Amino acid sequence: MNKEQKDQAQRSRNTALGLVLAGLVILFYGLAIVRVGG
Amino acid sequence: MSLPMTPAYASEASFSQDSSLATPRDFWLLMKPGVLSLVVFTAFVGAILAPSTIHPFVLLVAILSITLGAGGAAAFNMWYDRDIDLVMKRTRSRPIPAGRVAPHDALTFASLLSVTSVTLMGLATNMLAAGLLALSIVYYTFFYTAFLKRRTPQNIVIGGGAGAFPPLIGWVAVTGEIALLPLVLVWLIFIWTPSHFWALALYRSSDYANARVPMLPVTHGELSTKRHIIVYSILLVASAFIPVYLGDFGVIYALSAVLLGAAYLLLATKVWWIGGEKPAIRLFLFSIAYLFLLFLSMVIDHVGARFL
Repeated sequence: MNKEQKDQAQRSRNTALGLVLAGLVILFYGLAIVRVGG
Repeated sequence: MSLPMTPAYASEASFSQDSSLATPRDFWLLMKPGVLSLVVFTAFVGAILAPSTIHPFVLLVAILSITLGAGGAAAFNMWYDRDIDLVMKRTRSRPIPAGRVAPHDALTFASLLSVTSVTLMGLATNMLAAGLLALSIVYYTFFYTAFLKRRTPQNIVIGGGAGAFPPLIGWVAVTGEIALLPLVLVWLIFIWTPSHFWALALYRSSDYANARVPMLPVTHGELSTKRHIIVYSILLVASAFIPVYLGDFGVIYALSAVLLGAAYLLLATKVWWIGGEKPAIRLFLFSIAYLFLLFLSMVIDHVGARFL
């Protein structure tokens, strides 16, 4: 495994983790709205 | 044939301790996406058939929770079975045996998914649904994967219970209560699992034998497995009529149960009568379509009844 491959894999893992965390924030925000608003 | 209680083929040195080459897809593969699709679908059917309704966003979160929970249980399974996965042709290219994901990272991933799923379910719906989700993860991880799978040829009969939970969880997420119909759906998946898995085990029996997993074709031979497939297929096809007798569905579902059941029995008979790899592969593939179409016909029947 070369350094470039490792860096590429690291970048895509970081992006995926960022998206998952952003998704969780939206999800909890949405749940709060539905539960409180409903 | 005597089998060791816990075959260990590979020391930790056989696995990469570094996940620096892992991509997000590898973590997705740890969740067994093929199995997930059926889990999500049957959970959704359970939620749709429920007599009450919840906010669509809450339903979405509930389905997401079940997806994450099932994915977590699958990742636990991948972590625990890494030694036999390394031996079996079918599973050799999975992320852990292929050296792309380190076992400890898979374990962390599985734990995170499981805890997140149960927490989300509890926050979004109710504690009963969250409890059932937790129970199904524990059932699959500890009871099936760690206890039954390597000990008894009845592993998938008893372990099949784990995969049967989703429609019940979907229903309880909506209603907050357990009822007879979702329990019948659980029974249908439970009784479907053995013939589905034994069809696979028939044409992968050498793989299971190499890994010393006591699947029925390995311990009791081909003929006994075929007999078991026939018996469980009859039980499945007959059980599919229970919802009709209970008055839950009408003509659309009943007709689907008849046609799909006839095809299932035909294919199971071919496995028994003709033998060989092809009929077993056909039955395995059709069994997936069978469950999907049977559950789909429940939804069509249920929705149709509202408009007719």
